[in-house]
Amino acid sequence: MSDVVIPFEHRQTAHCESGVVSGLLSHAGLPISEAMAFGVGAGLTYAYLPFVKLGGMPLFAFRMPPKGILKGVQKRLGVRFRFETFKDPDAGMRALDAHLDAGRAVGLQSSVFWLPYFPPDMRFHFSAHNLMVTGRRGGEYLISDPVIDVPTTCPAADLRKARSVKGTLAPKSLLYYPEWVPDPASIDWAAAVRDSLRFTSGMMLHTPVPLIGVWGIRTVAKKVRGLPTRDLRRLKLYLGHMVRMQEEIGTGGGGFRFLFASFLQEAAGLLKKPGLADAGAELTAAGDLWRQFGLSAAKMVKERQALDLGLLADQLLGIADAEKQAYKTMRRVA
Amino acid sequence: MKKDEVPQHQAKAFMGHSKALYALDQDGHYQIVPSNGWEAEEIVLDQAIDEFKRLAAEAHAAAKSGSGSPLQYHMYARRMDPVLLADLSGQWQWQVRRHLRPGAFERLAAPRQQRYAEALGLSVSQLSSLPEAP
Repeated sequence: MSDVVIPFEHRQTAHCESGVVSGLLSHAGLPISEAMAFGVGAGLTYAYLPFVKLGGMPLFAFRMPPKGILKGVQKRLGVRFRFETFKDPDAGMRALDAHLDAGRAVGLQSSVFWLPYFPPDMRFHFSAHNLMVTGRRGGEYLISDPVIDVPTTCPAADLRKARSVKGTLAPKSLLYYPEWVPDPASIDWAAAVRDSLRFTSGMMLHTPVPLIGVWGIRTVAKKVRGLPTRDLRRLKLYLGHMVRMQEEIGTGGGGFRFLFASFLQEAAGLLKKPGLADAGAELTAAGDLWRQFGLSAAKMVKERQALDLGLLADQLLGIADAEKQAYKTMRRVA
Repeated sequence: MKKDEVPQHQAKAFMGHSKALYALDQDGHYQIVPSNGWEAEEIVLDQAIDEFKRLAAEAHAAAKSGSGSPLQYHMYARRMDPVLLADLSGQWQWQVRRHLRPGAFERLAAPRQQRYAEALGLSVSQLSSLPEAP
């Protein structure tokens, strides 16, 4: 097969999905920052899902489920993405080749574990990682992976495997690309931002379930306070798991607060609404508290700090208050 | 987080790579700042990797002594647990748990061996053999 190299500007971002949306749209003539994609896509959330088990432990989510940002951006900016899935992994690879031959860079869903360009210790079974393919050279594909600092490559066999894992969130060799992009000048950014802020703040403040949003954080605080301390190894694994969900899997909670705050800052300038920057500053404060919580919990795991579940629970309650403040400001201003 | 507070812990897991963090510059504007590691992240990552290594070593010893199946070893060596292996191989958890026992594993029919081999990214012959060291 002949080589294809699509000129593509690689940019490292904090989160894979918003990074791919920003990369593909900017490439297609709609320049948009990662933060704006994450914000308009309403990517932020908090969810504690005890019935979804990872390694026998509950799911703590800091961002919306996979494809949420793609769909949110599609809805609020009027972009049309085309999604193609394949039962047969080989058909998925042929379709990828056909798009590259047509000079089209595409986004792919894949499992991190089977991507050899990730450092070995970072490779875990997460099947909803997003990356972009920007060409083909020899038996390898040229990859622009938004969470990797440099453009990279992946052998065809590994990419095929990473795209065709089974199970929950199975990629089914999904590939996607913007099919239609509106003229940037014709987009009503004010309406898009207002809609996403109402959605995010409403969900975080008013979801009538004690597992989502500010209420969800409070529930987890209570849960942490009462964690059984008989089996210390298990307890440490649980705390480590919480921090990993926050910091590792898809860049993590503290990070997402900063990312969304960056969006608020950008939106404040764009729409001339300084109040949004205030909400951004409040969310930044919440992000800092998340990092403090993560550091305390990790130090307790490593016994660099005395184990104190009450302290961790209080930190979480502080986070809940800080986030509540930020969402209330968002709601008032938006 | 301010730009000069972005941790640069040189985590070995990053292998010289860095990840992007959003941090505030002197004027309070957000920008992307690369970070090559953070203490908290390093601790919990090491913990998770060590746990899989421990489980894989235990399973390796069990398979050698005949009290466990090679499948159990390969599962942990691939950073999976029975729940995840069931999900990725399209089976029920009770089936996977049963096949982790040496007797049930040896009686596995070819299509099911194939299923496990594929989920674990191994060949069928690799699936029933053990490496020298875990």
